[in-house]
Amino acid sequence: METQTTTGLEKAKAVEKWRTHLFPAGLAILILLNILIFMEHLGFSIVSRYYKGILILAFINIILAVSLNLINGITGLFSIGHAGFMAVGAYVSALLSLNMGRWEFVSPQVQAVIQFPLVLLAGGLAAALAGLVIGIPTLRLRGDYLAIATLGFGEIIRVVALNLNITRGARGIASIPNYTSLWWAQLFAVVTVVIIWNIVHSNHGRAMVAIREDEIAAEAMGINTTYYKVLSFTIGAFFAGVAGGLLAHHLTFISPKAFDVLKSIEILLMVVLGGLGSITGSVIAAIVLTALPEVLRFLQAYRMVIYAGTLVVLMIFRPQGLFGRAEVDLTVFKSFFRSRTGEEVTSRPEKRGGNGGSA
Amino acid sequence: MLTVENLHVYYGAIHAIQGISFSVRQGEIVTLIGANGAGKSTILKTISGLLQPREGKILLEGEEISTLAPHQIVARGISQVPEGRRVFPELSVLENLELGAYQRKGKEHLKELEWVFELFPRLEERKNQPAGTLSGGEQQMLAIGRGLMAKPRLLLLDEPSMGLAPLLVKEIFAIIQEINAAGTTILLVEQNAHMALSIAQTGYVLETGEIVLSGSAAELVRNEEVRKAYLGL
Repeated sequence: METQTTTGLEKAKAVEKWRTHLFPAGLAILILLNILIFMEHLGFSIVSRYYKGILILAFINIILAVSLNLINGITGLFSIGHAGFMAVGAYVSALLSLNMGRWEFVSPQVQAVIQFPLVLLAGGLAAALAGLVIGIPTLRLRGDYLAIATLGFGEIIRVVALNLNITRGARGIASIPNYTSLWWAQLFAVVTVVIIWNIVHSNHGRAMVAIREDEIAAEAMGINTTYYKVLSFTIGAFFAGVAGGLLAHHLTFISPKAFDVLKSIEILLMVVLGGLGSITGSVIAAIVLTALPEVLRFLQAYRMVIYAGTLVVLMIFRPQGLFGRAEVDLTVFKSFFRSRTGEEVTSRPEKRGGNGGSA
Repeated sequence: MLTVENLHVYYGAIHAIQGISFSVRQGEIVTLIGANGAGKSTILKTISGLLQPREGKILLEGEEISTLAPHQIVARGISQVPEGRRVFPELSVLENLELGAYQRKGKEHLKELEWVFELFPRLEERKNQPAGTLSGGEQQMLAIGRGLMAKPRLLLLDEPSMGLAPLLVKEIFAIIQEINAAGTTILLVEQNAHMALSIAQTGYVLETGEIVLSGSAAELVRNEEVRKAYLGL
């Protein structure tokens, strides 16, 4: 790092590239391995239902939190309509699954494997389209105004779902095929994290971070701010739609009630708790906030009190969230090993999330 | 190089710029001086596309640019150092500079980076430090350096002396001259008329959205009204 500017920069860039690509890969392998071992050891059939259900929800929540973090934490657009996009994805994919019919030329299992990713993708695309349509007019707004507009959008989606014939109103859609296995949920969660991580650490991500830091300056630097705001919003909506599809095929039943403001707030909570701008934080917070209500089950009636109290205490003592804007990537492990082997560790400033450049 | 013709800009109902015309020739330092609220920054924001004029033309080498978006204007070689610096506080100095070269491809910008570090050695010392932790003077240096990273033909400087100690102002103005000598045309907006006129070739005096005086910098410095109103002599 202390070499000549040019070569030092290039070297730092190369290191950065490795690090940014290695982290998601490492995370993916870690998750895969851990769960494989975990399931094997505990005996598949015993753990299944209950724990599997929680794990699937955790993976879905990871997708939701990380995608909302792209909008709220990285680009700095305060959106609280994520459940709306989720609903679009859930309804579209559920209706597609139910109306796909039986393909005669393959077995039902094979059909499910082919059909499921396709309907999820369709749900994601529908949500992305909704994001585009809502994003273009509302992204001129800033701060609180945008928050209220997105909140309104979420409500509109819910009310539309409540009143359309095709969505079957308040009765909801039942008997959706139960396609969401742990493997699918995990696969989509990992893919989401990898894609969003790479967006954040690309030139595009850097433009988004610049918008968060100072929109006018970003504009003056020649960044097309409208384009990047809409892009971030649309990508976030896409993954929310995919998560909605996964949830629909996990619960096998969806109704407008599942996608109300509370759901949006729950996702926002994960992002804020993990740290706005930290993808690692969102992943961890999604897991913690999915598991916490279950872990606290023994407290019975006091469960939600303790849950809410934990959040209040956390926000008082760590208002920037668990991770702030820091990310856990390979450099953390490197410095850990270096300190273990007694080598001198150069103190490293806290890594700020989404900065993309060489640290 | 740049010609502004009969420019009218409004903030809602407020008529901020009332029919201004001026021009900037290649290689010059041109300064707009005037008191608070005269409309100096508004003109710069309109040139860089952050504001849209209601009437009038802005021509960059004959091409009308007043209807373009800011990113298109940057692509045509105009780069702005905004008022109040507006560095990206949580990004490092280096990342700030790299964002200045946002539109340039590959490693083209590394030459400018070296130049910026030559002009402002202090930025190189602090390249990994978050920009928000720099002093005011260093932030101004960073803002200017960031503006240069786009390799502009025309650099718009909005109040580079704001809130800086006199010694630092001198340093910054010497560097502005150096940048100009290297071939960048400069349009400088300043309240510090004395400093601005000392480095500029041409000056325009603005009062409540109108140009009341114009001429070579040397003429303006000798002008009685300017001396009384802006130089405190």
